[in-house]
Order: sequence, then structure tokens, then C-alpha cells
Amino acid sequence: MSFLFSHHRSMSIYEASLHLQNFKPASCVQYRLVVRDANTLQICQLYTCLDQIQHIEWSADSLFILCALYKRGLVQVWSLEQPEWHCKIDEGSAGLVASCWSPDGRHILNTTEFHLRITVWSLCTKSVSYIKYPKACQQGITFTRDGRYLALAERRDCKDYVSILVCSDWQLLRHFDTDTQDLAGIEWAPNGCVLAAWDSCLEYKILLYSLDGRLLSTFCAYEWSLGIKSVAWSPSSQFLAVGSYDGKVRILNHVTWKMITEFGHPATINNPKIVVYKEAEKSPPLVLGRLAFPPPRAAAGPLSSTESEWRQRSHWDGHQALQCRLARRSSGNTASQGRAQGQALCAAAKFPPSPVFHEVASVPVSLQTLKPAADRANPRIGIGALAFSPDNCFLATRSDSVPTAVWIWDIQKLRLLAVLEQLSAVRCFQWDPRQARLAICTGGGKVYLWSPAGCVSVQVPGEGDFQVLSVCWHPSGDSLALLSKDHFCLCFLETEQGVGTAFGQRGDHT
Amino acid sequence: MGDWMTVTDPGLSSESKYISQYTSETKMSPSSLYSQQVLCSSIPLSKNVHSFFSAFCTEENIEQSISYLDQELTTFGFPSLYEESKGKETKRELNIVAVLNCMNELLVLQRKNLLAQENVETQNLKLGSDMDHLQNCYAKLKEQLETSRREMIGLQERDRQLQCKNRNLHQLLKNEKDEVQKLQNIIASRATQYNHDMKRKEREYNKLKERLHQLVMNKKDKKIAMEVLNYVGRADGKRGSWRTGKTEARNEDEMYKILLNDYEYRQKQILMENAELKKVLQQMKKEMISLLSPQKQKPRERADDSTGTVISDIEEDAGELSRESTWDLSCETVREQLTNSIRKQWRILKSHVEKLDNQVSKVHLEGFNDEDVISRQDHEQETEKLELEIQQCKEMIKTQQQLLQQQLATAGDDDTTSLLRDCYLLEEKERLKEEWSLFKEQKKNFEKERRSFTEAAIRLGLERKAFEEERASWLKQQFLNMTTFDHQNSENVKLFSAFSGSSDWDNPTVHSRPRQKKPHGAPSGSPVCTSKLTKSLPASPSTSDFCQTRSCVSEYSSISVLNTAPEESKPNQVGRECTNQKWSVASRPDSQEGCCSGCSSTHADAHIEKDDLP
Repeated sequence: MSFLFSHHRSMSIYEASLHLQNFKPASCVQYRLVVRDANTLQICQLYTCLDQIQHIEWSADSLFILCALYKRGLVQVWSLEQPEWHCKIDEGSAGLVASCWSPDGRHILNTTEFHLRITVWSLCTKSVSYIKYPKACQQGITFTRDGRYLALAERRDCKDYVSILVCSDWQLLRHFDTDTQDLAGIEWAPNGCVLAAWDSCLEYKILLYSLDGRLLSTFCAYEWSLGIKSVAWSPSSQFLAVGSYDGKVRILNHVTWKMITEFGHPATINNPKIVVYKEAEKSPPLVLGRLAFPPPRAAAGPLSSTESEWRQRSHWDGHQALQCRLARRSSGNTASQGRAQGQALCAAAKFPPSPVFHEVASVPVSLQTLKPAADRANPRIGIGALAFSPDNCFLATRSDSVPTAVWIWDIQKLRLLAVLEQLSAVRCFQWDPRQARLAICTGGGKVYLWSPAGCVSVQVPGEGDFQVLSVCWHPSGDSLALLSKDHFCLCFLETEQGVGTAFGQRGDHT
Repeated sequence: MGDWMTVTDPGLSSESKYISQYTSETKMSPSSLYSQQVLCSSIPLSKNVHSFFSAFCTEENIEQSISYLDQELTTFGFPSLYEESKGKETKRELNIVAVLNCMNELLVLQRKNLLAQENVETQNLKLGSDMDHLQNCYAKLKEQLETSRREMIGLQERDRQLQCKNRNLHQLLKNEKDEVQKLQNIIASRATQYNHDMKRKEREYNKLKERLHQLVMNKKDKKIAMEVLNYVGRADGKRGSWRTGKTEARNEDEMYKILLNDYEYRQKQILMENAELKKVLQQMKKEMISLLSPQKQKPRERADDSTGTVISDIEEDAGELSRESTWDLSCETVREQLTNSIRKQWRILKSHVEKLDNQVSKVHLEGFNDEDVISRQDHEQETEKLELEIQQCKEMIKTQQQLLQQQLATAGDDDTTSLLRDCYLLEEKERLKEEWSLFKEQKKNFEKERRSFTEAAIRLGLERKAFEEERASWLKQQFLNMTTFDHQNSENVKLFSAFSGSSDWDNPTVHSRPRQKKPHGAPSGSPVCTSKLTKSLPASPSTSDFCQTRSCVSEYSSISVLNTAPEESKPNQVGRECTNQKWSVASRPDSQEGCCSGCSSTHADAHIEKDDLP
């Protein structure tokens, strides 16, 4: 496997929103919206908004893009097919704090300031719907996977309620109160039949409701301590993983809604069956000149069987656009500006992953733990993030007290499979939507990929250090967008029949 | 007195002896205080005994002293010193004989006393040393007692301290518990307080929100608007519908449809899982029955009348199995029955396995007093003997070698002797060489013999093992039959009483009886087959076998023959099948001209059988 990077240097972005169908990375620079082709990174469309864009979102059919300008209380919608078409929604004095698409891609849900109400604007008709009393919480709005229903957390008279609305005509289907102190979030099961609702961190409580509002089950693991931190459904709706502040993940089953197992996150790993990948301190430096030649076999290891060459690609031209965009930057980031004007180039780099980057540590391994400050709010403990792989086989978790490690659990055997310990804290991880492949970033210049066969890491090429703050997969799993503060780049994972073999070989070594 | 004796030092002992002598003597006449006084005073004055005696009796007082002595002696029971007076008035005369006798007696007495005294003294000494020892012991023990007492006190002190500590800790624990309780109470009160405050704040907040809502939303805010170039079509291409009661009902319907679909899907999954589990269960049961039935055969034959119920029960189970339809029925009764029967079978199997385990251990323990063992011992003895012989031979060879070397060495040392001996040496060398070769041959022979013996021993061991295994299995079977029979019998009665009401169950059992008998027969026959195979295995020349089968096949060129024939000789089956395939391809054109499969197959069979049993 080789990694082909499409670099978008010298371009500042707020956000790159990768779309489901044609995966066109849209990025916004101040008040310009740039839509590029996912393969060539050529600019498809360019839109200019009225003010600084703070949030962008593709519609489900990827025909429209929503740009939210929270400061002005404005939402601007652009059509990809008809560049001249435009739509502007003004929330006026009510203000705007959140904006999102409905699953049909024809309605926009705007949340006003102070969560006074949610306004549902339709692009098809003049109709406007209002939903009162939305609750300001972690995850108050959730649509079913099929886009049929919307569940909304509400707060009235100091009690929590959940409303289930039909998305086609925004009619209320069910309205029921939840037995929670302070509802923190709701989430539909992928099959759209079960709704999980959990209480705020002060109390460990998770409630499961059927689509028709019946309470299916309640689960409480313990009392008197900080409770749930993160929740994730397995893609098959079979399992519900609940990460809590006690550093454990509890997995509930969908038949009895009882706990199947409990995954603790100990700081030392003694079981020799568990593979611990430890990021090595020194990585082979990526020097352009050296990489001009195929690297020596020994250094490159088994993965060097793939093509390894640098080539400059300049068949897409962002030069002028970039320059003018940068010229209009309001806030001063002169260093990057100057550099940008000097060499506004987009480079594509193709090179093998550095093979000697991760070493397999021998057990027992003790992981670096953070001592949480007990007297502060939101202590850095508990399971901050968890995600199931698309094939339901693996669960990746991150314990906030061990921020450098990603834990990968085997769901079939219900045991710990591997631990990846990075040098710095893990920022974000995301599973490949097509296969069991996990991309991890730590805010450094590297992307890490894990698959059941092994682990690789890739240095993002470029002279300046590219700090990968977030990763986002293409829906096809062929490429990966890496976002830094003001750059983004695309990493193409070229699968030359060798993914299996390359990873396989890696696996043998581990 | 003892004390005094122990104090005396050796220098004084001789003197003290005297003194004691005198004292003892004086003690004999304790009444004479005077003499005692004299005695006491005389010791420091003069050590001369004689002078002392002279002091007692002088010329003047012979008479008095004699009379005094006489008196004294008579009081001590000695005969009087005076002669028997013949007349009262006559003066009594000193009887010399009596005096001498008395003296002698006194001397004897004195000696005796001395001896006794010595004895007493030694005893005294002994006792004194004993006493000493005991005193030492006593002192030591006292010391020990003291130390242990001290120790005890120390331990008691420690114990007390620990108890104190414990009490303190208990107190602390209690305090902590109280603290925890208090804290929990505080937490709870804080939580309620917090909740209360939150509620109040929220209410205020809600009021404010409401107010804001009124202020912001209710007045016609011109700004709240949407500018659209033109409205776009819906994603599904349909037009939006009006909200009516109908749509509500439709929504409900749809929701329930979705839920139903989900439940149906889940039910289907569960059914599938169930079916799979049932299949596994069925398989398990079948296997159990097949495992348990061959052992039940023997008791059936042995005691037909008593085991009738057992057999019918098994057959009933089998019949139950054969009716697949019952498996699809998941009604209560069937399930219960199934679980019951499985449980029963499982119990039987368990007891069986336990019995087997016991048996195996028993066999291991008892297995050493067999005939085979004796033969093995013989073998061992034999091999030992042989080894001894070999050893002897080796030694002989060695000595001979040594001798030879010595001879050679001496020959090498001394030239003249070698020259002298040369003529002999050549001859001797020749002879020795011959002998040497002979020895070598002998050695080789011995080695060969030994090898063959060890091989024989190994073979015997193997055979013995096999025999033991057979025996064990046979024993197991026997035991099992007995046990399972017992077990079954007791259970069967129960079961039958349960099932006796339903006549439906009897029919399949009757039907299945003949069917069931066949599989019973097959396993009993199979060991014979396998044993035959194993016997024929080492002897059968496989390659020639191939050739012959091939040739016969080519002769008759029939594929069907080949398919049936190899069953007789399984070990070669794979190889033959390969050849079969080749030949089937090759002989296909031939097979068209004449395939009188019937006769050819018999021919082939005959051939193959011949091959297998040379």
C-alpha cells in the first residue's frame, strides 16, 4: 500500500466537510467557500458568502451546501448543480447557534440563541415549522439512519422530554418524558427502532426507548460517582457501548439490554496475547532528496515492495485562487501568508509508510497515565471516545486518563486485542467506513493506521510541519482527509493488490 | 553434718577422720560426759593417743577404771570383765579372757563402724554432688522461669499494645465510617440543594426565555425571513402533502410497520439461531445414542427379560429422532421431553466416563500381576544376561588388547629381545590377528543377538500394551453394561409410567425396532474388519497391488468395478483412486465396447481379495 498525499498547503481552512456521495471536500476560507474534486483537488465551485463562514455542511444528496454565519445569524445555501441558485435564511434578532440539514436535504434546522426554538426551513415550500423548548445539551438532536424520524431532547418545567417527529412533514409522533435528572444526549440505534438516552455525568443512567415511546430498559452501573461520558451503537444495533468516568466500557446487548461485558482500561498490560504497538521515539527522517530514489530494501522493510517515489503533480491549479483568497485574509497570519505567496503549490506525494515506526512492545507494558486534577470540573478521566468498526468486529476506545493510547477490543471474543501507544495525546480516530481500518491522529505530523494485520504510520510530506488535528475518511475508504488548523490534505490509500499482503507481512512481523 | 563434711578440705580430712573416729567412739559411751570433755579438751592439747589413754588410767585408779569400763561395757551389753563371783564377799577378779574378748569385739565393731562410716561418707559425697547438680539445675530452671516470665510479660505487654492499637483502629474505622456517612449525607443534601437551586434557576431562566420569546418572536420581525431564488423540488420528487388526521394515522401505521419489521427480523434471526442450536442438540443426541447403544447390546443379550424396557426406551428415543417433525415443533411438551432425554443421556454418559476413569486407574494399578509381566521379566532377565555376557566379552577383549599392547611395548623397548623374539612374534602376530578377527566376529554376533532381543522385547511390550488396551476396553464395556443397565432400568420405569398413557408413542417405537437393529449390528462387526485390515496392512505389498488392480482394471475396463473394489482395502484407497481417475479417463473409449459390469466386477473382486491376503 502506498499513501498518496494531495497536499493543500498555503490554504487556510476552517473545516473540510467531506461528503457522502461524491466526496467533494468543501473548505471555506473566511467568507469564501471552495468546492474541489476529491481526486484531483481541482476547484469545482467557488461561492462567496456575506461574512465569515463558521460552519459548513453538505446536504444528504450532496446537491447543496449550507454555510452558517453564526455571528450574523445567517445561513446561506448553495447549489452545486446551479451555481447561480442561492438561498439566504436570516434568523434576525433571535440569533443562531446551530444549523443542520434534515436527512432529506430539503430542510434546514436552525437553533436560535438560548435554545428558544428550532426553526425548520423548507427549500421546497414556504412553510416554516417551529419546535419549542429544545434542550441545550451535548447531543439533543438525532435522526434515524433512514432519515425518517427525528428525536429531539426537550426541557419543560424542569423535566426532560423526548419528542419523536416524522421528518417528512415534521409532525409529532411521540412525546414522552424521560426519567432523567438532566438528559445529556440521545442517539438512535442504526436500525432506527431503539433510542438510547443518557443522563448527565452526575448520574450513571442510560434509558432505552422503543420507537413508539415505550421504555425498554434502564441501565445503571453504579451510583454516587461521575457517570456516562460517551456512548456508541454498533453498526448492527446489536451492542451499545457505554464509556464512563470510571474508565470502563460496558457493553449492553440488544435482547435483554443487560451488560454482556465490562472492559477496564488498566494502565499496565500483562497479558502476552495483547499486542502493544509503541510509537518509537525516532522515526526515519523524510528527506526529499533521499526519497527521490527507491529507498534501500533493508530500510524500507517489507512494505517497500510498493512503488516509492516522489512526484510533483501540478495538474490542478489553485495558484491564483489561493493568492487572492489569501490576500483578503483579515486576521494576520503573515508568516503563512508570505510563504503562501512565495510558493503556492500543491504537491502530491506518493511514498511508502515508514515501516520502523511502531515497535511491538513486550509485556508487561505500563502506559503513561495522567494524574487527573480532582478539584477541577470535567476531569480528564473516563472513556472519552469510542467507535465500532463498520463490520462490528472491533471497538476502539480512548481513555482520557491515558490520552496517548488507543485500545482496540475484539468484539467477537470480547477481549482486548491491541493497544497503540503514541508519543502524544490522541486527538481523533475514525474507522474506515468500508473495512476494519482505523485512522488515528495525534496533532503531530503523522497519520497512524491500524488494521487487524498490523499498524503503520505515515509522515505527512511537506516542509512545514503539518499538524493533523482531525481525520476524515472518504465514504469509499480510498482516501483520507487530514485537517490541520489552516491546511488540509488528502491522503490516498492506493490499494495495489498489496494492501492485504503488505499488512499481512506486517502482521507476521508483529 | 553433711554441710560440715562438704566444707572440709582434703588437708583436714585425715585429722577429721581421727576426730570422727573418736567422736564415734565417744558416742558409744555418751553417758561419760567427763571423758567427752576430756576428749574435747585433749585434742588441741596433744595429738598423741597414747598419752590420752594414759591419762585415763593411771597406776592409782586401775581399779576404778576397770570397774568403770566394766560398767560401761555391761551397759553396752558386753559380758562383764570380772569373773563370776563365787562368793558374795569375795572380791571379783578381772577376767582376762573376757577383757580380751571384749577388746576383740570392740575392735571388730570399730572396724565395722569405720567401714560403715566410709560408706556413708562416700554416699554423702555422692549425695552432695547430686545436690550440687540439682541445685545448679534448680538455679538454671529458675533463671529460665524468670526469663520466660519476663518474656511472657513482654508479650502480654505487646498484646495489650496491639489490642490498644486495634481498638484505636476500630475507633478510627468507625470514625471514618461516620465521616463517610456524614459526607454522603452532605453530598445528598448538596445534591438536593443543587437540584433545588437548579430548578429555581431554570424556572427563572424559563421565564426569561418566555419573555424573550415574546419579545423577539411575537412582534413581526421583518428580518426573520428566507430569500430563495426559486423553490426546489423535493428529494423524492413528490409534492408535500397537507397535514391532516390522515397523515397522522399514516405516520403511526408506518412507525408500527417499521417496528414490526424489526421484530420480525429479530424473530427470524432468533429462529435461525434456535434451529441451529436444535441441530446441534440433535446431533449431540444422536451421537450420544450411538455411543451408548453398542454397550447396551450385551446386557440385552444376556438378560432379555429385564432389559426389555431399556431397549425399548432407546428405540423410542431413536424413533423420536427419526421423526424430524417433532424437532420443528417447539411446544412445551416436546421441549421438556427433549431436555429430559438429553439430560438422562448426559447423566448416563457422565457416569460412564467416570466409571471409565476409575477403571483406567484400576487397570493401571492392577496391571502388573499378569502373565505378560512375567514374560517381560524373563525378557529383562535375558537381556540382562546377554548384556553381562557382552560385558565379559568386552573385558576379555580389553585385557587381550592390553596384553598385546604390553607385548608390543616391551618389544619396542628392547631391541635385542625383539630381535630374539622376532621369529615368534611374527607367528604370534598372525595368530593374534586371527584371534582378533574371531573376537570381532563374536562381538558382532553378540551385538546382533542383543539387538534382536531388544527388538523382540519392544515388540512384546507393544503387544502387551495392545492386549491391555483390549482388556481394559472389554472390562469397561462389561462394567458399563452393568452400570448403564442399572441406571437405565431405574429411570425407565419412571419414564414408562409417564408415557404409558399416550399410545401415540408406542407406534413409532415398533416401527423403528427393525430399523434400529441394523446400526447396532454394524459397529459390532466393524472391529473385525479393522483388525483384518491392520493385519493385512504390513504384509500387503502396496505397489504391486496397484499394478495388479490396474492390470485387472485394464483387462475388464470397467469403472464401476473400481468404485466398489477399493472398499476392501482402505489404506490404499487414495492412491487407487488416483489411478482410478487416470484409468477412467484412459479407458473410457474401451468401456463403450463391452461393459459386462456384473462378471467383471466379480473378477476384480476376486483379484483384489487375493492381493490383500497373500
